[in-house]
Amino acid sequence: MHPGRRLFIQGSLALAALAAIPRGLLAMAWPEKAFGSAVANDAMTELFGTSQTTPSDAITLGAPEIAENGAVVPISIETTLTGVQSVSVVVEKNPRPLAVSFEIPPGTQPDVACRIKMGKTSQVMAVVKTENGLFSAAKEVKVTIGGCGG
Amino acid sequence: MASKIKVKVKLKGDIAEVKSLMLHPMETGARKDPDTGSTIPMHHITQLTFANNGEPVMVINCSTAVSRDPYFSFSFNGAKPGDTLTVNWVDNKGDSDSTEVVLK
Repeated sequence: MHPGRRLFIQGSLALAALAAIPRGLLAMAWPEKAFGSAVANDAMTELFGTSQTTPSDAITLGAPEIAENGAVVPISIETTLTGVQSVSVVVEKNPRPLAVSFEIPPGTQPDVACRIKMGKTSQVMAVVKTENGLFSAAKEVKVTIGGCGG
Repeated sequence: MASKIKVKVKLKGDIAEVKSLMLHPMETGARKDPDTGSTIPMHHITQLTFANNGEPVMVINCSTAVSRDPYFSFSFNGAKPGDTLTVNWVDNKGDSDSTEVVLK
């Protein structure tokens, strides 16, 4: 295939894929200030408007007790709470504590998994935002080799 | 250039279990190049979007703390064979990648 044509088709596909996503969620800005905050409470206030959460045992946070490789720490979060809008991971002692945030539309289950970097041993907190407020569950994860590359 | 996103979807009734893996360096901006000693600039996926038949089913906002070659899994309802799941990410340099898979 002519290289120009392939590029054109790739480009059109990418554009079509983007265009297929409803404006609302696409227009959702990446929360730059929250991700840039160096303090967990500030990051949460930027993202949620508050850093106050209610601990909940309806949230199951899966994280290793000891992460041998801080560059790849598997995290899973699921919850039986209803009306979930987002699930976020806050690593207290990371240089920038807000690691990732999942925006959950209705119809998507509040059951997610990912892999994150941790700079050193720290508390890892799952923050679940529902229509009823902010809930959390936390675990300490020991890190033997830090994963931030510093 | 082929997409560097791999997506696997397993349908269990009308629930789709999605597992995705994408190639991306996810540089924190704190690492130094071992050869030159200069700092490798921050380069990471910022937003990742999944949509089923055009309806968003997940939006993931990432920081540099997401591991290199990000892996994500999640499940959504109301899926059926023949649906098209599109996956798209953008990064802090303005690059993007996307792929789509038809559910079976």
